[in-house]
This record gives sequence, structure tokens and C-alpha cells, in this order.
Amino acid sequence: MSEPKSILVIGGGISGMTAALEAAEAGKSVALIEKSPYIGGRVARINQYFPKFCPPVCGMEINLKRIKSNPNITIYTLAEVDSISGSAGNYDVSVTVNPRYVNSKCTLCGKCSEVCTAEIDDDFNLGMCKTKAAYLPHKMAYPRLYVLDPSIIGTDDAQKCKEACKYDAVDLDMKPEKVTINAAAIIVATGWQPFDASKVDYYNFDKNDNIITNVMMERLNAEDGPTQGKILRPSDGKEPASVAFVQCAGSRDENYQGYCSGVCCAATIKQIHYVREQYPDAEITVFYIDIRTPGRLEDLYLKAQEDEKVTFQKGKAVNIDGTSNGNLLIEAEDTLTGVKSKKEVEMVVLATGMVPNLAETGLPGGGATFDKYGFIVPDGEGIYGAGVAKRPVDVAVCTKDSTGTALKAIQCLVRG
Amino acid sequence: MEKKIGCYICTGCEIGEAINAEAALEELSAPVKKTHEALCSPEGLAMLKQDMESEGVNALCIGACSMREKTEVFNTFDPKKVIVERVNLREHVAWCQKPGDEDTQMMVNDYMIMGLTKVEKSDFLEAYSPSEEQPIDKTIIVVGGGVTGLTAALEAAKAGYSVVIVEKEAELGGFLGKMNKQFPKRPPYAELQDTNIGDLIAEAEANSNIKIYKNAIFNKVENGPCIYEISLNVNGKEVNIRGGAFIMATGWKPYDPNNLGHLGYGNCSNVITNVMMEEMAAKGKLERPSDGQEPKSVLFIQCAGSRDPEHLPYCSAVCCRVSLKQAKYVREMIGDSKVYILYKDIRSPGLYEDFYKNMQQDEGLFLTKGEVASVTEDADGSVVVEAEDTLVGKNIKLKADMVVLATGMVPNSADGEAIRKLTDAKATLKKEDAAKPQIEAAEQDLITYKDHEGSQILNLNYRQGPDLPMLKYGMPDSHFICFPYETRRTGIYAAGPMRTPMDIQDSMDDAAGAAMKAIQCVELTSQGKAVHPRAGDESYPSFFLQRCTQCKRCTEECPFGTINEDAKGTPEIFPTRCRRCGICMGACPERIISFKNYSVDMIASEIKSLEIPDEDEEKPRVLVFMCENDAYPALDIVGKMRLQYSPFVRVIPLRCLGSTNIVWIADSLSSGFDGILLIGCKYGDDYQCHYVKGSELCNTRLGNVKETLDRLALESERIRFEQLEFSEYEKIPKIIEEFMETIDRVGPNPYKDF
Repeated sequence: MSEPKSILVIGGGISGMTAALEAAEAGKSVALIEKSPYIGGRVARINQYFPKFCPPVCGMEINLKRIKSNPNITIYTLAEVDSISGSAGNYDVSVTVNPRYVNSKCTLCGKCSEVCTAEIDDDFNLGMCKTKAAYLPHKMAYPRLYVLDPSIIGTDDAQKCKEACKYDAVDLDMKPEKVTINAAAIIVATGWQPFDASKVDYYNFDKNDNIITNVMMERLNAEDGPTQGKILRPSDGKEPASVAFVQCAGSRDENYQGYCSGVCCAATIKQIHYVREQYPDAEITVFYIDIRTPGRLEDLYLKAQEDEKVTFQKGKAVNIDGTSNGNLLIEAEDTLTGVKSKKEVEMVVLATGMVPNLAETGLPGGGATFDKYGFIVPDGEGIYGAGVAKRPVDVAVCTKDSTGTALKAIQCLVRG
Repeated sequence: MEKKIGCYICTGCEIGEAINAEAALEELSAPVKKTHEALCSPEGLAMLKQDMESEGVNALCIGACSMREKTEVFNTFDPKKVIVERVNLREHVAWCQKPGDEDTQMMVNDYMIMGLTKVEKSDFLEAYSPSEEQPIDKTIIVVGGGVTGLTAALEAAKAGYSVVIVEKEAELGGFLGKMNKQFPKRPPYAELQDTNIGDLIAEAEANSNIKIYKNAIFNKVENGPCIYEISLNVNGKEVNIRGGAFIMATGWKPYDPNNLGHLGYGNCSNVITNVMMEEMAAKGKLERPSDGQEPKSVLFIQCAGSRDPEHLPYCSAVCCRVSLKQAKYVREMIGDSKVYILYKDIRSPGLYEDFYKNMQQDEGLFLTKGEVASVTEDADGSVVVEAEDTLVGKNIKLKADMVVLATGMVPNSADGEAIRKLTDAKATLKKEDAAKPQIEAAEQDLITYKDHEGSQILNLNYRQGPDLPMLKYGMPDSHFICFPYETRRTGIYAAGPMRTPMDIQDSMDDAAGAAMKAIQCVELTSQGKAVHPRAGDESYPSFFLQRCTQCKRCTEECPFGTINEDAKGTPEIFPTRCRRCGICMGACPERIISFKNYSVDMIASEIKSLEIPDEDEEKPRVLVFMCENDAYPALDIVGKMRLQYSPFVRVIPLRCLGSTNIVWIADSLSSGFDGILLIGCKYGDDYQCHYVKGSELCNTRLGNVKETLDRLALESERIRFEQLEFSEYEKIPKIIEEFMETIDRVGPNPYKDF
């Protein structure tokens, strides 16, 4: 199967969606491939954007509306690139589309999920809770189709799902499909994953439930998260009276992740707002090296500093230990002055950074240059990085970057 | 074209179990009426297509799932030939109401009648096309010939578009042209890079798609996207061109150091700014102003006037890296030199951290976190800086041959709305019959906005002002997170440091983004289609001007400046500027503004089409107007979660709450509705309305209505406006419940039985 020449976008997060839409609204044909069962990526799992404290679903709805009304975009979910051949102006990209076991007849009635007994880790909620193995990944998930997890294929559960579907939408015989897409240009918008905090052994992240990461905090504060939006400390469900944010957890550190992720400072200030909204009296401490809130984000920092119960403590956290009552003891040290401090809190949020998704695998078939951290170096023609695949930036920069990258891709199409 | 209407009800997804579809269809008067067990299935779609082919049905009223679902099935028809109205019987009825209940059935009957009424009042679309005297022009006009403008021009030209660059100076290059080097933007982030501005200028000059006007400013810009008529002043001569869309790449200016006396500027001869440092380095020699000696020690004061509520409250994002770069100039150009950087936070975000780390290896560079207390001049001309080291709480004293103030960037923008206030104030003061309060307000405006005098850039002939509206700090108003280029003037896209402070690489990326949006605008507009957020929409408003009373509300309220007015105050509409939100339609007291598929009469007819139960039936009725972008989808989620709410509400989705016409309130009350609930987006500084002002305008209009109701002894509590964020869907049932309690308390609408 071969598609007419188009622009291929790899990755359906905010960068990939934006790049695809911007090119499509200029009249170009675009294929978007996404490895998970839905588009939206990391942004779909963020509860609010800084600096406006507004819900990402608001912009997402507009983007989905744009996608639904634009015939120029073809979306492949559960799809991964096998290989890329050719050169700028004429690439053949071989893609495997994995089975969803649910076809386009699905009406979202939800009967399959009702009868399914097996549960799997809820990937949308970062494994913090379970979901049925026949599921809609989240309320806004697009494409608007349920998914059957491959783990139940061949079991009674799968059969029950099939029988429960009145619309003949469950297809247990689906097999992986190969698709070849002919594209003039490729936009790599493969995004990021959170840095694995357990790598920093002195933080004891994997040994203590009350140490969470900033991405987990997004889910804790989300209505469709594991606690229905209540910020509770994981070990005992207690409402935390004190929370510490540890900035640069693994970032700006040659031993782990040498670069700065550029977003964690503003994200922490946003999450201070989450805590404050729920707990007006909670004490909040931020351990930081430098607070980086460029541009208009400075307004956020200024406002946070006005909060009497928020302390910004300069110094890198060098150790976190649990205490007998489930609390945590943080030791911090400022490397410039040697000033040391200790603080006991009820819950710790590690502000972990972003690791590019292609850091370990690269791009199948090559064609892109990567720096030592795994970000795509912006040079060459035909294959373009966009968003966090290229460098660690926030959503506002991703949307602008992807818009510009769409034009680079169009130029390849025009040149032929 | 004749309309033939088909009404369809899908009985799948529990709709069939919840209601009697046949009974609902019986209430409708239409030539074709059918049910289907799964209308979205291939068989269901085949049935619709069969009716269209053999029966000539060309207007479909489809009662099934939400209009947001199964769009790939039901929204594939050409709106110029087929009308499709989706009636939400699944998420808004079957999934949130008691199955088989009489009230549930009434809800379905009502929704189908409303849907049918809407179809009856809808017309086939015809895309807008300008008159033959106004040929479509897709030229991209780039304002500013600095790095952002040059890049934008080249990016658009490489995609095959004609571009005109308008530069006010005699030479291209902008600020980058004055700079020595740029900080590294590629791994390993160690060596400074050339600015390469000469190459960029040469490339633009050599590109046959690019026409460049230097020494050029705008006399006037008339009309709208794709049909702009532009008068330029080039070297004092008038040049007339046409254009399709604009890219504003007007760059930035340094924050005025004359305001920084407290940091020694103007008081100490050897205190200079980072801009002066850059120019000096570009000339190849660093010398301190007082005696022309090489400064052996240089101290940089970061955030000079930035992150300071008294000066620039924001962070200019680049100054930390600029100072690190300039520290390198000093270290490389002057032997045995020492450089101190006094900072609040070193901001080298992202991969630029590597540049910071590389610079930290330099033993001649000393970084200190601290707040400046005083800057004074020593007898030998050197500068003494006293600072509080905020970490250890100690005061420190540093002496340097020269001090560089890292001053921030101020956008080179013009605030169209502020300039308009000045113009209007002057016009008021010239009027002989102006009333005293008007004169006082005008005089106040002259003071408030005096800094904007003569700041025009584009000179747009737009009633709402000659330039882009600003949000804060001189940065253009836009949804700067999700949709950063969408300014409030269709077809005019801001890029580079004019939009928000950014470095060279970011400006170049931004330029490409703005060029993409400008290209999209000319492509969509040339086909008569709307741009974001209703991209592709072929409807547009038409005005029945014979009934216009020149009240000017449409001109004032359109967030996008679509409408001008003539000398008498009659609106002049420029459809290519329009975003199709319908805010003008909501503003118009004479109800003369309509789209073919969205009008005051259409919604009013929907309201009047319903039979309201008598008071003694104890079935109150509440009309709920919902924003179709946020509140309506949130209500869909309520349905998906199977949360129950009152069966007495009837929901009408609106393009934007700003399109709410007050006459609908009167119509609802006179039809016997007991209450009206309006759910729109958050407004204020951090507004979430996709049309910027819509929900706020709606609330203002309602304020006026409530006063009228109070005068008529009708309880104003019957009308409630709620702001809702998309993610707050779980609040909706509660909002409805509370409102129903209020209605219960104030009692039935006394007009009900009339």
C-alpha cells in the first residue's frame, strides 16, 4: 500500500499535532503516526499549563476539532517506524500499525469495558492506578475508539468483549499491518519521557512512596487522575501539611543529565499553586540552584515569592531520607557558598527533567544527527526535529517550533 | 436550492432503550423520517446516502451522538450542497437521564424539534469571494528587515510565495547587524559564532521572490487579508502595493538605561550597557569611556532594570547568556583580565546549560549571587559596586574598571488600541457639542496614553486602531501557549522579540512559524475560508444594513477589528478579516447580522419552537446556552461518565458565548422558560475564551438585561452566567442543580401561561 506524496509527522503529541495541522491547513497532505493508541502525548496528561493555569484540554479540543474537519490529515495510531529510505523530497517510510482489536465501527458505548474483567496498569495515569484491559485511554482520547490490550487476546475476556459489542467493532483477528508512506519530508516530533528519578540513588525515590515526581503530581491534581484530583501523600493518603520541591532532580548534573530541561522551574511554581489551592496552610519549600522563569513567566515567580508560606531555598538537595512517621528529611547544600540546610517535610516532589524519546534508539533508518544527550541537531534537509525531540522546551515553544517546522517540510514538497 | 429535509434518529448506544424514537419522529414535520439501530455504521450511512440519492434529501437532522463524535461519518458532506444538523441524543439525553421516563422523552422530542427548526432556518453555504475589482493577492508583507524579518521572508519565499520586506532604516540587518558575535547555538556550545547577518542579507537580496523596500514606512493599510491595499512611504515617495498577509518582525529596543541611575548609569562614566559593549566589541577594541584604557576588570550587573516591578517586570531571557558571551569577549581580547557577574539567577535554559558550564571553567570569571546596593565612582575612575550576597547575608564590595549593565529587551511594538484612544480623545475635544464628562474622559486619555503618541507602525485603517492590540508589556495579545501566532488581527502575525523576548535562534524559528501562519492565511482566505480557530469554515456574516441604527456596537465589540464604520457610523464589513465567531451578531440590537447557518432568528426560532408545560404540570424549563468549544464538550464528558442532571434543561450550543443576542433572553422568558443559564469560558487577564472577549462581552450584556428584569419585577436570578474551565466538567451537574433550586425558589415564570 502506498500513499500519495505527503509530509510525514512522527509523533502525535502537541508538537506533532501542531506540525500536522499547520501543514494540512495550508492545503498539504499529511500522515501522522503515533505509537500509543491516542494522540495528545504528554500534554494530554498535564493538568494545567503555566503561566495561565488553564487546562490543556481546552486547546486540545480546538486541535481535535481542526483535525476532525480537515480531510488532509491521515492518522495512524499504535504505529511505529520500521525504516526510512530515500532522501529529501522523496522518502519511503515503512510503518507497522499494531492491532487495536477495535475497528472504526466502535461507537464508544463502552460495553466491552463493562464486561472485561482483566485490569492493566493505567499508562495514561503513569501506572499510578489500574484500568480495564478494554478501555478508552482517557476521556478526550482521539481517535474516538476503544482499545483492547494485547495481553487479553486469546483469553475469555477478549471473547466476552467481542460478544458484548453490538456494532461488530471488536475484531480479535486483527494483525499488525505494514504501511509504506511516501513523503517529501519527515518531521520528527517524538517528544520526551520523564527522567527516571530512581537513577539518583541518594534521593531514594524508589524506596519511598512519599517521594513523587512532577509528572506524577500533574496526575494527582487531575480530576481524571488516580485520586480524582486530591493531592494526598501516597503512603497513607494523608493531606500533606508540608511539601518540598527538589529542583534539578538529575538535571544540570554531569552524572545524570547535564542539561537544564528549561521547564521544571515554571512547572514547580505551577504545582505550588496546585498545593496552595487545596491546602491554604501547607508549608512549601523549594530547593533550587537557579530559578529559571524567562520572559513573562517571571510574573509567576514574583507572585509565588509573595506567598509567606513558600520558601525558596538556594541549594542542591544532596540527600533525602525517610523518617519513621513517613516524613522525609532533605539535606541541601549550596555548591558556591557551602551553605548547608536540613528540612523535614511530609511529601517531596522531584522536579525531574525531560529525556528525549529517541535518546537510546535513534531514528530507524538514520537520517538525523543527535547530540550527546539524544536531541536532534537541527541541520540538514528533509528530516526535521520539532519540539522536545530537538531541545527541552515548554509547550509554547513547541507550538511555535512545530509551526515553523511545518513550513520547512512544505518547502521540501514544493521543491519536489 | 430547494431544501428537502430528512430527520433521523439513531437507536444505538442506549438511545433506543432510553426513549421512543418513533414517537419523537412523529412530532416532527418533515418529508423523510427514519430510525436506524446504528446510524454511524456502514449500513446507517448507506441509508442516508440512499435517501439523498433517491429521495433528494439534502438537509439532514440527525439525532444520535454528540456533534463531536463520528465526524468522519456525518461531517463529510459539502456544506455548500448539504445541510447537516447533529442533535445530541446520546451524551446529552440517553446517557444522563432516566431511561423510559416521560421527562426524558420530552427532552428528546424538544431537541429534535429544535434541530429541525435549525435545519429549516439554515441555508446552503456560499464561500465569500471579494469583488472583481479586488483581485486576490497572496504576497506576504514582512515588516522589519532584521534577523526575524529576513528569515521570515526567506522561509516564505522558499515555499514559493512572493514577499515584500518593508524596513524603516536605510540598511537591512536590524540589531544583529550591530552585533559582534552570537553565543554558541550548537554543541559543544564552547565557541562564539559569527552573526552571519551579511550572508542572510545577501541571500534575501538575491532571492527573486523577495522585493525589499528600505527607508520605508507605512502611510496606510486598507482592507483585509488577501486584498490589502498598502501605501508605503519609501524615501519620501509614495509607493502603492497589494498584499495578502503581514508578518510583524519589528524587533526590540534596549531598555532605556537613563532610568538606571541607581545602577550608576549617567553617574559613573565607566558604567555602560550590554548594547554599548556589543558595539564596542564589534569595532574590535574594548576600552572604558573615561580614559580609553583597556578595562582589566569588568563587572556585569544582571537584570539591570529587568525582573524589577519599577522597570521591566519580566525577564528578557537572553541577558544571562549575553553577559557570558561578553565575558568571553573581555577574556579573549584583554590579557590578565578578570570578569565578575553579579546575578539573581543564571538563566541558561535547556542545552545552553552547556555554554554556562563551559564558561564556568574559565578561572578569570567570577559569579556571585547578590542584589546591588550601590554603584559609585572611585577617584581613579573605577566603579565600586556594593551588593548584598543574598545567600550568606553578607555585604560585599567589588571594584572594577568598568561595569556593564545587562539591560533587557523592550518589544518594538505599537499598541493599536492605545493609539486609537488618543485619536478618539482628540476628536472628542475638537467637537463643539461634546458633553463635560466626555471632555474630561478625553483629557484623561490624552494623559494616560501620551507615550503612544506617534508610535504607529502599520497605520491600519481599522476602526479599533492602527496596530495590533497588546496584552501586557507591549507583547501582542494572543493565546500565547497553544496558538502563539493568533493575534487579534486576522492575517497579521507577530514574530521574534516583538512578540516576546527571545534569542537569535528562537527568533529565526519564530520567523518560520509566522511565515507558515501567513501562508495558511492567504491559502484559506483565497478560497473564502476562515482561519483559526474555525479554519476552513465557509460561512461568513452578512449585514442587512437597511435596518442598521448606527449604534456601533458591532464595530466596538468584534475582538478582531473586522468592522469599520463610515462617517455616519454605518458598519463597513471586511469579511476576510472575520473569524466567524458571531460576536457581532450577539452585539446587534437590531438583529441584522446573520450567517447562512447561524443567526439570531435561527436560535430565537429554536427557542420559540418548544412547547412549554403549564405551570401546574410542575415541569420547569431552563434554557442553557453553552460555548461549543469548552462547556459543550465538558457536558459530553458528563454524559460519558453517566452523571445525571435535571431533565428540565434544554441546551443550545453557541459558536462563542459572545454571540449571545440579548433578544434570546427576552424570547426565552416570553416563551415561558423559567430560567436561562449561560456557561462560557473564563475571562480576565488569563482569559480562556478562544475569541478573546466573547464570554466577557456576554456577561456585560447580561448585566444590562438583569437591570431591566429588576425594573419589570422579574427576578434577575432567573438569569445566571457561569464561567467554566473545560476540565471542570464534574461541576456542571452541580451548577445545573443549584440553578434548578434557585428557579424552584423564585417560582415559575409569570409569563408562562400567556
